[in-house]
Formats: sequence, structure tokens, C-alpha cells
Amino acid sequence: MSEHNYTPKSKVGQWFNDRLPLLTLANHLTDYPTPKNLNYWWTFGGILTFCLITQIVTGLTLAMHYIAHADMAFESVEHIMRDVNYGWLIRYIHANGASMFFLAVYIHIFRSLFYGSYKSPREIIWILGIIIYLLMMAAAFMGYVLPWGQMSFWGATVITNLFSAIPLVGEGIVTWLWGGYSVDNPTLTRFFTLHYLIPFLILGLVVLHIWALHVPGNNNPIGIDIKKPSKDTVPFHPYIVIKDGFALLMFMIVFAFFVFYSPNILGHADNYIEANPMVTPAHIVPEWYLLPFYAILRSVPDKLLGVVAMLSAILILAVLPWLDTSKIRSAVFRPLYRQFYWILVADVLILGYVGAMPAEGLYLLIARVATAYYFLHFLVILPVLGFKEKTIPIPLSITEPVLGGNPNLAMVKQKESKIE
Amino acid sequence: MKTYIKFCSILALIFSIFSQSIAAEKVDYLKTDWSFKGLFGKFDRGSLQRGYQVYTEVCAACHSMKYLSYRNLSEKGGPEFSVEQAKAIAASFEVVDGPNADGEMFTRPAKLSDKFVMPYENEKAAQAANGGAYPPDMSVLVKARGGGVDYIYSLLQGYETAPAGMILDEGVHYNKYMYGNKIKMSAPLSDGIIEYGDGTTASVEQMSKDVTTFLMWAAEPHLEARHRMGFKAIIYLIILTTLVYFSMKKIWSRIESEV
Repeated sequence: MSEHNYTPKSKVGQWFNDRLPLLTLANHLTDYPTPKNLNYWWTFGGILTFCLITQIVTGLTLAMHYIAHADMAFESVEHIMRDVNYGWLIRYIHANGASMFFLAVYIHIFRSLFYGSYKSPREIIWILGIIIYLLMMAAAFMGYVLPWGQMSFWGATVITNLFSAIPLVGEGIVTWLWGGYSVDNPTLTRFFTLHYLIPFLILGLVVLHIWALHVPGNNNPIGIDIKKPSKDTVPFHPYIVIKDGFALLMFMIVFAFFVFYSPNILGHADNYIEANPMVTPAHIVPEWYLLPFYAILRSVPDKLLGVVAMLSAILILAVLPWLDTSKIRSAVFRPLYRQFYWILVADVLILGYVGAMPAEGLYLLIARVATAYYFLHFLVILPVLGFKEKTIPIPLSITEPVLGGNPNLAMVKQKESKIE
Repeated sequence: MKTYIKFCSILALIFSIFSQSIAAEKVDYLKTDWSFKGLFGKFDRGSLQRGYQVYTEVCAACHSMKYLSYRNLSEKGGPEFSVEQAKAIAASFEVVDGPNADGEMFTRPAKLSDKFVMPYENEKAAQAANGGAYPPDMSVLVKARGGGVDYIYSLLQGYETAPAGMILDEGVHYNKYMYGNKIKMSAPLSDGIIEYGDGTTASVEQMSKDVTTFLMWAAEPHLEARHRMGFKAIIYLIILTTLVYFSMKKIWSRIESEV
């Protein structure tokens, strides 16, 4: 961490800072020594903060006009789209914002997986991240229920029904979740309440996530421990601020294309049909960002085991720091892990694809193979790889590969830029 | 920068996979040029006005449009009837209002602020009058169907005699674009079923296009404003991104020269 013996220049500043050291915090944040070789995959932390704030601000505005009642929710959304000033803009930002949020979080998670950011001493940062991710999924799922369209209603029915798989108490839990004997008005009002609450929980966890990050400092593409501050680091402001800002703007351009030119492409058409408990849609499909887990759920023939598999698929990530036995963080120096990493990426994309398809025939077979591989990766490949893999020697500092005359390191640098 | 190009292409790939999987059921719909597609897409005013005529003279016999008000007809970005025309349209419908001072309900001509009058009192009445099938509300119909405007446009022209061997129940019709090919709505349009006020020939194709355009507007009344704002927003973002890019290069040049 940076030096904490900072004293404000003005008398008033000193007086205030002695009582509440906010200025010390601000100084810590601007001076925070950051590895200078961070690539663009590291900008997604900032992008995610932006996404969270955007969702909270647009969400608060929507909540001023939305009515959480089974008879009025659908109509109130149409009221927002038609009669509230710029209501269409706010709602489309919020709806597409959820997708952009997940897009960014998946990149953020997979960046961590590639560069081994979850390894000691950053396990707590990683676990906090997994909790945030779980809460995001809960928030997104409940948010999708609020417009009270067909997919809202049936998605809620399918997902809440998963709890009925729990032996003995399952049925009771489902009734308790619903607040009745089916998804109905009490379900909608409690989902609205929780959907409103969760983002603030996430915000709190994000503060902890960043706090925990600032103890050991950022990991970096080479994955080595660096001295801070040193020639290997740059102060957060202005270097990282401007880089994050640039990446955020690029991200916003993509975001804007969705909001202004294809705002409904990521949603399901059926959600523009008002919820009707009497009519079941032909295919009940969750939002795209939940599809890989949906595929895992459906690939297991037994309901309870399917739910267990789906939950394990997420929770297995929490113990990842202990499953990965390799001491080397960055995949740049792990030639075998690097290949398995890309296979895992492909595996998750395949799971996402089959999650959107009917669970039958070839799709089901692919889903089963991909599910098995997903667990194989974490439970067998990663632990074994740590012992078997012959890694490339790591450099001593970030500046070394550039300065040093070691031919191995030059190769490393080349490899690294290739991955960037 | 190179990183970013690579990065964006990966994104594009992922999204194309997912959007493909979302639009899983692919049907070849009839195509036509929609003026409202694209970066600068706008509605064809004449088509919207004709489309309203088709809706009100044909569709509205069975289909409601409960989220629209008569005032919308004169609003910017829509059919843009004059306020007088919209008032006259509204006044041609009767709405139930009340209770008055005597506690009685009464009927009066509709005003601009009234919602479109529904053809049936409620869903049950609509079902009873249509052989058990509920004619869906048309306010957001275009957005509620997978193929969107192309689907609606095709469906309206997709009535054919059923292929040999297909048994249709009474009151069920064959339509090659309908899910399962069976539809309870009989072919709503036929050449010359209405007479356009502006003299356009009312062919089935023309009417299908006009009414679909009208339905698109009904579902997305702010589409034109959205396209206009989107273009400005994206231009603004691109300029800002360029400026920030050069600032970034300048700031980072201090570091890179040191190394």
C-alpha cells in the first residue's frame, strides 16, 4: 500500500483529515501504485463499477414510475416506454445494461482465470467477487420478472420450482418463496423489494472487493509480485484513470449501439406478451448470461442432482484458489494451462449455446459432454497440472524482460504481447 | 489499439453466436424495404396514416390497442395527423364515462386523452365472439413476435389453401407463416377491401406493409427520436474516445520513454 503519512496542505484540510481521514483515502487512491504493464483486460474492473452505478441510477428512476402489482406491472412498463419523458431511454439502458454488466463480468472473471489473479494472496478478493457474481445473477433474474411478461412469469416459475428438488422441505420452501401456491402478486412484490435491495449489497461488496485488492495490489500480466512503488509501477492517477477511461468509452460505444439500434435483440419476444398463467410458452429460456448454467441444470436427468450440479458449477469457483495447485500465476508462463484455458472458454460458450436449444437429441449429448468437461477442468485437470506442468521461467520484475539480455525472457515478452 | 480490434472481434463473435441461438427458429419471411430500419430510419408518414386506416377499418373489429391514446395519432414521430384530424377521429368513437353527479354512467364522444376504444368489453367477450381464440392486443404485437415486422407482414399474406392431407377444424385456417401453420383468424385482407383516402391502390401487399408499419410505430412510438439521439450519442462518444486516446498516448509516453 502507498504511504499513509499524508498531511493535507490547508489548515482546514488538516483539521478535517484528523477527524475523518477522507483526504488520506483520496490520496491513497490517486497515488495507488499500479503495475505499469496492465493490459486492456484489466480495464473491466472500472467498467463494471460504471455498469453498477448505471444500473442503480436508471433503476431508481424506473422505480419512480413502475408499479409492482400483477395487474399493473406490464401496463406501467408500457407507460414508462410511452408517456414518461425519455422513459424508453432509461428502460432500454437498464435492460441492456444488465447484459452489458454480465458481458463485462464474464471478461473480468476469465481475465482472472487466465492470469491467475485468484491465487495467493488474493483469495479473499476472488471469493468476494464470486459472491458479487451470485448476487448479480439473483438481481438480474428478479429484474427480468418485474415487467411481468410471459418469460418473466414462466422463468420465475421454472427457477423457483428448482427449490422443490430439496428433499422433505422443498415444497414448503417453494410456497414460502412464492408467498402463495403459484407465482403471483406476492411473488412479484417481494421480487421487486429484493431487486431493489441487492444492488446496494453489491455496492457494499464492491467496496470490500476494492479494499481487499488494495492490500496486495493488482496482479499483472506477468503474474509476479512486484515492489511497490517502484520502476514497475505507475500512480493510479493519471495513468490508469485515463486508460480505464478510454476503455470505458469504447465499451460505451458498444453499449450505445444496443440501446439505440437493437434494444430488444438480447431479450425474448415473449416478454412483450403479458404474463398469463394459463398459457405456457413453447420454449422457456433464461437470459443469455444464465444459459451455460441452465445447460448444466438440464444435462442431468435427475432434478435434485441437476440443481446440485448447477450450484456446484458456480460454487466450485470459490474454491478455485485451492484447486489450482500451480505456484505460477500467469498463463503466459504455463504452456499447458494456456491450452486448457482456451478449451474451457470454448466449453462454456458451447454450454451457453446448447442452453438456448431444446434439451433433446444431439444438443443434450453435447450439453452432457460439456458439463462433464467443465467439472473435469476444475476437479482433475487443474490440480494435476500444477504438479505435472513444466513452466517457463518467470522474470524477476516487469522491466527486466525489456532490459535483460536473457533470450528466454525475450521469448516470454513476445508471447505475452501475443496474448494481449 | 490492436488489442481492442482483436477484442471487439471476439465480442462480435460471441454475440453473433448468442443472437443466433436466440433467433433459433429460422423461417424465410417475405421481405420488403422498411423505411424505419437503419441508422437514420424514419417512418413513412403516408404509410402510417394508411396503416391506421387499415387498422381502424379492418383489424380493430377484433383487435384492441389498449396502450395507445388518440392524442398519439397527432404526436411527432407518429402518423402526425393534425390535431383537428385526431380530434375528429377520437370523436367518432363512443366511450363510457362517469359516474356523473347523479351517480349514472354515461357515454360521450372520445377525446384526445382517451385510450383507443376496445372492440370487446373484456378478454372473455373477445374469446366468445371469436370461437375461443383471443385476438391479441396489438399495442406491442410487433415486439411480441419472434420475426417482428417481417413475421406480421408475411403472416398477413401467408393464407393459402391447406396442403392435401392436412385436416383443419372448423374456423381454423392454413397460413404458411403461422407457428404450426394453423390460425384461427380468417384472412383479414383482400384486394380493395378498403378505399385509401390518398388514392393508393389497396392491394393486399400494400395494406400489409402499411398496417405493419403502423404496428411498428404503435409498439415503438419513440423510434425516430431514438434513432436521432443514438446517432448523436455515438458520434459524440467516438469524438470523445479519440480525444481521450490521444491524451492517453501523451500521458503514457512519459512512462514508455523511461523504460
